[in-house]
Amino acid sequence: MKEQAQDKQIGAPMNRVDGRLKVTGAAKYSAEYEIPGITYAVLVGSTITKGRLTSIDTRAAERAPGVLAVITHFNSPKVPGFDTAGKDPSQPATVGGPLKIFKDDLIRFNDQPIALVVADSWERARFAARLVKAQYAKEKHQTNLEANAAQAFLPTSAKKNPKSPMADYQRGQVDAYKTGAIKLESEYVIPTEVHHPMELQSITAHWEAPDRLTLYDKTQGTLATRRDFAREWNLPEENVKVIATFVGGAFGNALHSWPHESAAIIAAKVVNRPVKLMLTREQMFTMVGYRPYTWQKLGMSATPDGKITAITHESIGQTSTYEEFTESTLAQTRMMYQSPNVTTRYRLAALDIGSPIWMRGPGEATGAFALESAMDEMAHLLNLDPLEFRLRNYTDQDPEKNKPWSTKFLKECYQLGAERVGWNKRQLKPGSLRDGDWLIGYGMGVGTFGAHRGAATVGAQLLPNGTVLLQCATTDIGPGTGTVMTQIAAETLGLSPQKITFDLGKSSYPKAGTQGGSSTVNSVGPAVQEACLALKDKLRGIAASSNAAFASAKKEDVTLTDGYLTVGGNAATRVAYADLLRQPEAATAVTVEAKPGPEGQKYSMYSFSVHFAEVRVHQLTGEVRVSKLVSCADAGTIVNEKTAGNQMKGGAVGGIGMALMEHATIDDRFGRYVTKDFADYHVPVHADSPDVQVAFVNQPDPHVNALGTKGIGEIAIIGVAPAIANAIFNATGKRIRELPITPDKLI
Amino acid sequence: MNTEPDKPTGHDEARRNFLKQSSLLTAFTFVPGPVVQAASGELDEKVAAAFEKVTLKLDVNGVKHKLSVEPRTTLLDLLREQLHLTGTKKGCDYGQCGACTVHVDGQRVNSCLSFAVMHEGKKITTIEGLADGDKLHPMQEAFVKHDGFQCGYCTPGQIMSAVACVREGHAGSEAEIREYMSGNICRCGAYSNIVAAIQEVKDGGQKV
Repeated sequence: MKEQAQDKQIGAPMNRVDGRLKVTGAAKYSAEYEIPGITYAVLVGSTITKGRLTSIDTRAAERAPGVLAVITHFNSPKVPGFDTAGKDPSQPATVGGPLKIFKDDLIRFNDQPIALVVADSWERARFAARLVKAQYAKEKHQTNLEANAAQAFLPTSAKKNPKSPMADYQRGQVDAYKTGAIKLESEYVIPTEVHHPMELQSITAHWEAPDRLTLYDKTQGTLATRRDFAREWNLPEENVKVIATFVGGAFGNALHSWPHESAAIIAAKVVNRPVKLMLTREQMFTMVGYRPYTWQKLGMSATPDGKITAITHESIGQTSTYEEFTESTLAQTRMMYQSPNVTTRYRLAALDIGSPIWMRGPGEATGAFALESAMDEMAHLLNLDPLEFRLRNYTDQDPEKNKPWSTKFLKECYQLGAERVGWNKRQLKPGSLRDGDWLIGYGMGVGTFGAHRGAATVGAQLLPNGTVLLQCATTDIGPGTGTVMTQIAAETLGLSPQKITFDLGKSSYPKAGTQGGSSTVNSVGPAVQEACLALKDKLRGIAASSNAAFASAKKEDVTLTDGYLTVGGNAATRVAYADLLRQPEAATAVTVEAKPGPEGQKYSMYSFSVHFAEVRVHQLTGEVRVSKLVSCADAGTIVNEKTAGNQMKGGAVGGIGMALMEHATIDDRFGRYVTKDFADYHVPVHADSPDVQVAFVNQPDPHVNALGTKGIGEIAIIGVAPAIANAIFNATGKRIRELPITPDKLI
Repeated sequence: MNTEPDKPTGHDEARRNFLKQSSLLTAFTFVPGPVVQAASGELDEKVAAAFEKVTLKLDVNGVKHKLSVEPRTTLLDLLREQLHLTGTKKGCDYGQCGACTVHVDGQRVNSCLSFAVMHEGKKITTIEGLADGDKLHPMQEAFVKHDGFQCGYCTPGQIMSAVACVREGHAGSEAEIREYMSGNICRCGAYSNIVAAIQEVKDGGQKV
C-alpha cells in the first residue's frame, strides 16, 4: 500500500509545502494584499538627534497632488492606550516602553518619525513627504557607548530581582582570574548590526469598522501584535485581526511592536481607508531595532595543563533612553566550561538612539565572540590545540544550575566538524600555512542556546475530502514551520503529507507564542502531535460505535489512510471517512493545548553547536575569504534535514557578515547613521559565502518534548564570528577583537 | 487636507476623464508657461495632475497593457501597485539587493532602478510569467528541490537572475555563479542551495 511508508515522515528531507507559492511569486507578504481603496503612507524622520519639535510646516505637503493627510503630533487623534499602556501593572514603568508615536514633541533619536504623509500612490506620498519642514530646539545628544561607559547601569530587572539572569553572577571567588598564574584579559567590541531582512518592514492597516481593526503585518507573533494594538486602542483582543501568512525574514526585528505600525493604524483611522506603509531601507536602520553595540571585557586564568580556573566576563550593551533592552550576553560564559570561579557583570548604557531588539542568536552571539575568542587566546598561551583545550574543560553537567543536561552531544559535534574541515591540517603556530600570497588558518567557535518551550494550541479537523486541516497562530519567518508541522502531523496520523494542510500566520487561529528564541518546533511541534492523537482518539470513538475493533484500540494504533480509518493498517477494520463524517462537523475536530512539563526543573536544556572555519587571508591586501565553513549541531531530533540544514547554513552566512562586514556606523557629531543602505552596510552576498557544510548529531532529547527537538535558529549563528576571527589569528597571528574584521585591521 | 473617503476616488476619475479627452498627453515639454505657473502655485492642482501622466504600452508576461503612468513611476512600483504583480519584490529601492529583478526583452534588470516609461513597447517577464501554465520552469523546480530559499522574499529576484545567469553563459562553475549572482542578496543565507539549484539546471541542459 502506498500509504505505508508514512511512519518515517519525521526526518525526511521533504520539500517545503509553500515552496511552489514562493517560487511563483504567489506568496503574499504584508504590503501585497489588494484591498479596495488602499492608500500609501510614508514616514518623515527627524533630522536632529535630541531635543524638541518647535513647529512643523505641512502646508506644502497637504497641497501636493493626491495627498489625503499629513499626520503629526499636532493633529494626530489621541491613541487611547498611549495614556494607559505604561501604567499597566504587568509592565513595570521604570523599564520604559516603546516609543509612542505622535504623542509629544520630544525627539529621542535621529530619524525618529515626526510626520506621516498619506496619499493615493507611493509616488505622491514620497514626494509630499519631502515637503514637510520641521523646526527644532536642539539639545546635546549622546550616541557613543564608550564615551558613556562610566554612566552604565545595572538593568532595572536585575535591581528588582537579584536572581534575574541580568543580575551580577558569581560562583567561587570574585574576579579570581586576577591572581591566576597563567592569565589573560582582553576587551572586545561588537558594533551595531542591523537585521535587514529582505522584506522591508511593512504593514497594511484597515479599520473594517470603527472598533474592528485588521492588520496585515510583518510580525513574528500574530498574538503579541494583536495584544499590543488592541491595548493601544482599548479594544477587546478579538476585535483585532493580525495576518502574517508570509514574513519576508525578520531575524528578531519583528519581535517588537514599532512606531511605524502605530502610525499606519492612526493614519487608517484619519483617512478612513486602508493604509499601506513600507519603511525604506534607510529607515530600517533607525526604526525597527538592531543588535546593540556592545563592549566586553573577559579575564581568564588556567593551569599549565589547560584547566580553566577562573573567568570574569563583563559587558556594556547599548539601549535607548526610553526603553531598557536587555539580552543574555553573558549566559554562555556561566555554563559552557568547567571553571570553579566565574564572575559576570551585565550593564546598560542609555543613548539617544532607537531601541535595540534581539537579533539572531541575540546576546549569546555577542557574548560568544568574547568567550570563544578568549578560549582561543588561552589555548595559544598554553600552546594547546583549541579543540583539545575545550575538551579539557568540557562539562558533563551544567555548572551554573548544578543540574544534569537534558542531553548534550557537543563532543560528537566537535568530532564531526573537525573531520569535515580538516582540523588535522591546522598548525599550532600562526602563519604556518600559505598558498602563494594567501595565508591559511583554521579556527573554531562554540555556540549554545536554551532549548525553550512554551505552551501552544493546535486545532485539527478531518475534512469531508479525507484531508486533515491543522491551524495554529504561529508564524513562519523562513525556517519552514508549515513544512515540519505537516511532517509531524503526517507521521502521527499515518497520513501522507499531501493530505495535510497546516495553516498559520493568523491571530484568529489557536494560540501559539511568538516565533523567536528557536522555540517554535519545541512548542508547536508537540501541540501538533497531541492534536493529531486527540483527533485519532475522537475518530476512534466515532468508529467504535459501528466497529468493535476500534472500541478496544489505543489511539496510537489508529491509522488514517486513503479514505479509511483502520486499526494498525488492518484492512479488515476499515471504516470509511464518509461514515465518520456523517457526524456533525465538530465531532471530527479537536483543539489541543500542549505545555512543557516539570522536566525543566530537573534538567538544564540547551542546544549546542560548533563551527569550524578555514580562512584565506591575502597578506598584502588583508582580504579575507572564508574558504570552508562547517557547522555541526546537537539540536535534538531533526524533523527535516533539508530545511534544518538550510537554517544552519543561513546562520553561518549571517556569522560571516558579523565577522567580516556588518557595521552600522554613527557619526557621533550628528548622532546619525552614515551607513544608510546596502552600499554602505555590507551583508554577505553569494561571492562571500562558501558551500557551507552542515552535520547534525540528530539524537532526540527526551526531556524537552516527545519529539526530542531542541531548536536550531540561534545556534546556527552563535560561535560563527569567533570561529572566523580565530581562523584569521591562526592564519596571520593577528588577534582582532573588534568586529568586523575588515582588511584595514589586518594590514 | 482631505480626509473624506470618497473624494479622492472622484478626483482620480476626473483626472482620468481629463486625460482621455486630452490631446496633449505626451506633450509635457510643450506645457505652456501659465499652466506651469498655475501648477506651481496652489491654485490649480487639477491642471498639474493632468500633465503628470503619460501613456505607455508594455507587454508583461505576454499580456499587452496600455497604461497611463507618471514618469516618475518605477517599473517595480508599476508592476506591484498598478498591475498587482507582487511577485516582484521591493527590498531596497536602490538597486542594491536584486529582489526586484525582472527580464526586459530577455535581459535581467533591477526594476526599482528603471522608470516604467523607459520601457515603451518592451517585453517584460516577471516571476509570474516564468512557468508554463501549471508547469514550473526548470529553475523554479530546482529551487524547490534544493530548498534555495527560506523566507521566500528574495526568491523571485534570485530565480529571474538565475535564469538570466544561465542564459548569459555565466553559470560555468560554482565560483562563476557566485560572482554573477552577487547582485541578489539572500539575508536568510540560502546561497549554497541557490548555487546547487542553478548548477543542476545548467548541468541538466534544459532550455531555460
